[in-house]
Amino acid sequence: MNLAAELHDVIVAPSGFPVLSGLTLEVQVGECLLLEGANGAGKTSALRLLGGLSTVISGHGQILGVDIATGDRREIRRRVGWLGHEGSFYDELTVEENLTYACRLTQRPRASIADAIERVGLGDRRATRTGLLSAGQHRRVALAWLLILRPRLWLLDEPFAALDATARALLHEILRDATQAGASIVMSSHEKNLEFATAPRRVTLLGGRAAS
Amino acid sequence: MLVAAKDLRIELRSRVLLWQVVPFGVMALMLTGLAMGPNSQNAANLAPGMFYLVLLFVVILTVSRAFAIESPVGTSQSTKMLGLDPAGVFLGKASAIFLQLLLVGSVLLLGAATLLHIAAGVVLHALPSVVLALGGLAITGTLYGALTSGISGTTTLLPVLALPAFAPLLIAGERAFTSVALHQSGLRWLLLLILVPVVYTAVGILLYGVVEE
Repeated sequence: MNLAAELHDVIVAPSGFPVLSGLTLEVQVGECLLLEGANGAGKTSALRLLGGLSTVISGHGQILGVDIATGDRREIRRRVGWLGHEGSFYDELTVEENLTYACRLTQRPRASIADAIERVGLGDRRATRTGLLSAGQHRRVALAWLLILRPRLWLLDEPFAALDATARALLHEILRDATQAGASIVMSSHEKNLEFATAPRRVTLLGGRAAS
Repeated sequence: MLVAAKDLRIELRSRVLLWQVVPFGVMALMLTGLAMGPNSQNAANLAPGMFYLVLLFVVILTVSRAFAIESPVGTSQSTKMLGLDPAGVFLGKASAIFLQLLLVGSVLLLGAATLLHIAAGVVLHALPSVVLALGGLAITGTLYGALTSGISGTTTLLPVLALPAFAPLLIAGERAFTSVALHQSGLRWLLLLILVPVVYTAVGILLYGVVEE
């Protein structure tokens, strides 16, 4: 079995409160996995764990080959791509400056920045300060970064929130291209009627563990 | 240096330092000057202490601002997701804060010469100790800024936690300044101003990643 990530009986409890209480989850290479569940079910916490942002209290597993208990969480972060709820960039820098900064810090070629900005439909906003963009445009900038990053594991927290019809179609297209290129996608969403370009496997979370 | 360049670029665009921190420092110096009165007899004894008191307020504002730009949840999370070398981030942030403090410190030194009746020659001779103190305050402030960043009550927690760490630098800086004003040797204070930043730099390089988490 070819797994991008696997978690077994994982417990995560920041500040003593268990947000994941025995989560078991497997993510196949090239699959799209949709995490469903009510508020507080543990969707974002599961994504944070997969992104190397949480400390594991017990349980075992690996994310892109890095052990979740003993491995370097920074190494996980370097290997995955993250699209969160909030704006992820510096408001005072322009779209292009933000992406250039991230590229230089992570030693990625800057040649793909212009293409990525065009692809997400922000070609006319490349010199605009990120703080002046709408929530949907913020999402597009974050998507542009994922296009540059080309991670093996995409972690998307409510990726369709604040997106208009055009942006949703674009996101579907990008996700389809990513899975076809062999990347795995794990996303959370409250929306029931999503028409996915790539049919996702659905996992429902309840009380910090997988219910189905 | 990328982190430092980014911080300085953001500061140039937002101009918080120029329009808020610098005017605050100058106003605080003016009030201090008024409190000392027009008589310059005690200037040599009192002025260095007053200067460093104002500098302390300015350092806290500058450090708070440097970490406020990282504090929105999305920004801090996406920065974490880059998986950067913590030592590099620490040195970058400290360098940016140091450069900003150099600018504000220069203005405050000029202000001190004018408003606190310190002779220009004394200011000039005290310059190396002030630069060393600013370096130490930038390094220490970066460490404590990261420690309190993202915690509720950051604004009040930073001064409470950082003040004991700033104390040796403020005392050494003030004593070195006063030594110049009184034409005494301030060598031991200068040595302390070198030693403390060296220790905090080593601590920062080793522990910044843990502090950030």
